[in-house]
Amino acid sequence: MSEAGRSGYVVDAPLAPPTATQGLLEVFRRRYLLKLLVRREINARYSGSFLGLIWSYINPLSQLFIYIVVFGELLDRGRTEQFPIHIFCGLIVVHFFVETFNAGTRSIVRNKALIRKMALPKEMFPVASMMVSLFHVAPQLVILTVTVLIVGWSPSAVGLGSFVLALGIVMVLGTALALMFSVANVYFRDFASVVNIMTNFVRFGVPMIYPYSIVSERFGAAAEYYLWNPLSNAVLLVQRAFWVGTTEDPAATAATELPDNLIGRGLLMLVISIVLLVVAQFVFRRFENKIPERLT
Amino acid sequence: MSPIGSTDAYSPDTSIVVENVTKTFSLRYHRTFKQVTVAKFRGQRTKDEFNAVDDVSFTVKQGESIGLMGLNGSGKSTLLTLINGTMKPDSGQVLTRGRIAGLIATGAGFHPQLSGRDNIYLNAAVFGLTEEETKDRFDDIAGFADIGRHLDSPVGNYSSGMSSRLGFAIAINVDCDIFLADELLAVGDKPFKRKCMSKMEEVRDSGRTLFYVSHAAGSVRRMCDRVLVLENGRLGFDGDVDEGIKYLHYDSDDENNDDDELGADV
Repeated sequence: MSEAGRSGYVVDAPLAPPTATQGLLEVFRRRYLLKLLVRREINARYSGSFLGLIWSYINPLSQLFIYIVVFGELLDRGRTEQFPIHIFCGLIVVHFFVETFNAGTRSIVRNKALIRKMALPKEMFPVASMMVSLFHVAPQLVILTVTVLIVGWSPSAVGLGSFVLALGIVMVLGTALALMFSVANVYFRDFASVVNIMTNFVRFGVPMIYPYSIVSERFGAAAEYYLWNPLSNAVLLVQRAFWVGTTEDPAATAATELPDNLIGRGLLMLVISIVLLVVAQFVFRRFENKIPERLT
Repeated sequence: MSPIGSTDAYSPDTSIVVENVTKTFSLRYHRTFKQVTVAKFRGQRTKDEFNAVDDVSFTVKQGESIGLMGLNGSGKSTLLTLINGTMKPDSGQVLTRGRIAGLIATGAGFHPQLSGRDNIYLNAAVFGLTEEETKDRFDDIAGFADIGRHLDSPVGNYSSGMSSRLGFAIAINVDCDIFLADELLAVGDKPFKRKCMSKMEEVRDSGRTLFYVSHAAGSVRRMCDRVLVLENGRLGFDGDVDEGIKYLHYDSDDENNDDDELGADV
């Protein structure tokens, strides 16, 4: 009875471990699955909601309103030109990063139903969280672009390049941190709270509600350390892309409000973020084996 | 892929290799800071481990149908998750050839908020199907699951029977090379059990490898040509079906209720 290959059934595949082993490359290879996960996540977020996707416009607009009133009218009092646009440039970066980091950290625990029963690269989930957050950048970008066009801004290649570079930094950095903390959160759910606290610092650690010139005034040479924050660079790059062009004298603004060699720094931050992503993949690989059994 | 030189050591019709596989679970955790501190202070152990699968080795040839038996908690589902790739063994290695599909521990990995329809696409994608392949099979899947208009309501609202119907329908239709069935008939009704059994016979006769977990001696006898028995994570028996069933003493209470051979699958 136990003769093999009853009807000459031959499997044309190598004998290999059934666990997916290529990490982020595997995620890229299985883009279709990633697409489904991202779509599912977006649908789930607005399921049962009457306004649906409109909320992704209302949220940033309401935050913008608060910042303009509190920081623009009460605190900054006209020191910075086009302050609402200045803030909004920062808000895009901060939102994107915070959402990626928070949702990414929770992603594996939230998807335990799938992870405990199906073999799929677990890196899928933090990456999907990043993509969902990226998706939400679009409406904010629409609001910003319309605003700056009304104010009289014209697009430039350098500006576009800066924006793309800023997005790249946040995408890579956000994915790296989400990877690391998503697996940490499986071991101790405390990490979701830690991440929450960390993201509180992000809001105020970037030149969003205050101009960069204040930092360089106060700290002088020590402002260099402030710029070691990749997110500060990303915010400044977005300001380079949209805000600088809306001021009275863009060249003067760029000279006082932006650090020297902004693009070069941005590229360096991108490289650092990529290195961090490689480290994160390594850490993830190291600890992912115990994920299914810890997800109870 | 992986740096395993011994792959060549197996003949081309080898379907599954399990080599000295051990999987260790922690029995309990003192997870909060307070619990850990108190336990350490009292000199209690903060961790206790056991081997859910303990140094298990066997090979399966393509087309064999294996009945995996054992008492509750003997490690059957854990062994299946190791073969399916959801978990990695702590030591030893598992090798498989081709696409694996199936159900682990009654029910598939569904997303409760998504509709049955979306879950079909998602699950099929996890098994490695493309969008077109899923579209081609969609009617077969929906037809087999036969859950009617519930297909468009969230899976979270399904009864356990309905979701395992859907899970089975997807898994059986993805053209796998290895099919894993873990107590899948436990919650189905009788007509559905019959339908599953005949579908699995079809799968078996087409030359795919079948891994069937069941407590029902009758259905194992009908489906399988080899039995593995797990005892506390160790491989207690590997061989002929009737002997395996005898080994488990499942044969004695099986004789008088022939009609229940499917129904006893709990």
